[in-house]
Amino acid sequence: MKTRYSFGGDEHIFVECDEEMSLEAFFKGMSITSALREAKIKGVTEICPANASFQVRFDPDVISPDDMMAELKKLEAVAQSAAPTLQTRIIEVPVLYNDPWTHETLMRFRERHQDPTSTDIEYTARINNLDGVDGFVKAHSGAPWFVSMVGFVAGLPFLYQMVDRKRQIQSPKYLRPRTDTPRLTVGHGGCFACIYSVRGAGGYQMFGITPMPIYDPNQTVPYLRDFMCLFSPGDIVKWKPIDRAEYDHTVAEVDAGRWMPRIAPVTFSLTEFQKDIDGTNARIMEALNGH
Amino acid sequence: MAINVIKPGLSTTVQDLGRPGYYHIGIPTSGGMDTLSLAAANLLVGNAAGDAVLEAVFMGPELEFTADATVAVTGADMPPKVDGEERAGWTSFRVKKGQVLSFGFLKAGARAYIAVSGGIDVPVVLGSRSTYTLGVLGGFKGRKLEAGDQLPVGAGKAVAEGRTLPENLRRKPGMPAELRMLPGLYWHRITEAAGRNFFEDTWKVAPEADRIGYRFKAGRPLEFVDREQPFGAGSDPSNIVDACYPYGSVQVPGGTEPIVLHRDAVSGGGYFMVGTVVSADMDLIGQLQPHTPTRFVKVTMQEALQARHDRKAVLDAITAALV
Repeated sequence: MKTRYSFGGDEHIFVECDEEMSLEAFFKGMSITSALREAKIKGVTEICPANASFQVRFDPDVISPDDMMAELKKLEAVAQSAAPTLQTRIIEVPVLYNDPWTHETLMRFRERHQDPTSTDIEYTARINNLDGVDGFVKAHSGAPWFVSMVGFVAGLPFLYQMVDRKRQIQSPKYLRPRTDTPRLTVGHGGCFACIYSVRGAGGYQMFGITPMPIYDPNQTVPYLRDFMCLFSPGDIVKWKPIDRAEYDHTVAEVDAGRWMPRIAPVTFSLTEFQKDIDGTNARIMEALNGH
Repeated sequence: MAINVIKPGLSTTVQDLGRPGYYHIGIPTSGGMDTLSLAAANLLVGNAAGDAVLEAVFMGPELEFTADATVAVTGADMPPKVDGEERAGWTSFRVKKGQVLSFGFLKAGARAYIAVSGGIDVPVVLGSRSTYTLGVLGGFKGRKLEAGDQLPVGAGKAVAEGRTLPENLRRKPGMPAELRMLPGLYWHRITEAAGRNFFEDTWKVAPEADRIGYRFKAGRPLEFVDREQPFGAGSDPSNIVDACYPYGSVQVPGGTEPIVLHRDAVSGGGYFMVGTVVSADMDLIGQLQPHTPTRFVKVTMQEALQARHDRKAVLDAITAALV
């Protein structure tokens, strides 16, 4: 893993922790950005962690670009000694896989897809050697996912599957991006899952939809009253497959302001995870079940 | 006092100087695309430089005033009219109760800034009144104006009519437009020849040019340096592991059409970027019409900082002229 620094114009520094995605690269970025936040350097205006990289926005009238760069490189050396442990939370996200709304949309944009004759789930199941839609749902919802970035649009989480690399689901993005994606679509591109927080353009494969709002600019949803976005980097997600009846019921409960997501605090240690992936996941998911 | 929207124009939104601080969760700064023009409009009517104004793109709205106010229109050359009678741009004028402010056809530029004494008084969301349309956040109900909307206006200071900004302080893009760019980010992904072509070619603003980003076409496609794609990036050579996008960064999906991200930027994604337009030239992008010939001009960090300094000097001169 070699860290690469680059200026993004006169107001940003872009730091790539690694070219390829891994939880190690994410943790390296997180420890540097945490150290940077604590260092409270004058002139730093925004700190944006991403999957295997991060970005710092600064005011060059307050701190010169070269000084800002030097500060970051100093922090990299300090941050490398930090233990890769995270006090975080696991959030259960109900998903109606193969739902009618994403189905309607994917049919509408079929000519932009790699395989116009099948659906996004069928295609992704096939190229990942999974046993059809059922096999896909089992693989997708069997292990937890790690929120390694929030962004693109307001509150949209990118999620990294917490299994060893050879079992990670991978799929290309659409050949040409769609101009429409239903709000709360569960999508996938490269090795990342995402939840589209708002309706709009998108290029990820579409697998299903969640009834659970994750972004509410009006802050009327009870669990989004403190802040309008649900997810932060470091959150862990467990998908829960649901049927249409439960989906409709959940939507009604959400609309009535009664529904709350299942969330439990957990500690995540990268070292423990690397030693025993399935054991660590089982322990994390137990926290949710004991809730 | 209030303003009744009779016709909304093509895409008119409430904007101020933006809401920095939430980019890490995907909420961009928003705010006027041409902040120099926005500040000038406000100062002309006695507002603070960062009060909320209307940003109208390509076509102006038609607005009825329910009380007397002072108004100034800056930015694009799109002549304001009061009850059909033309008024000068970059100059304060009175609009009386019951009168209608409308606009003639666009002659130059792309975005007009309409400041009203007292400022557009929509609620402050996360520290700003700016509209972020994609996130349905801020501004007037999180969206562009529609006919029938009633815009609240704050209490203004009394200022004289006919205050005007000297011509030399009205910054406009040249022809062809030149955008200074600091190469970097994933510049190493393209070949040396492609890098030379990128700066040599004259690009044209594509029709897909909005507050999120400006797309350019008509230049030669960029050739990539061969590599095995890193895990998680996706198979296209222009794909990267999804990362943050700086404001002004220039991504080139598929190596064909560069997109410069602007105030409503998507905060990150999986396309490589060849560099970043310097902060001093971001305002100019907001005044580019589709089909405008545009060149990217390679600069060093030192030149970028000098450009920043020069822009600041223009802002200071505008402030000195009007306060």
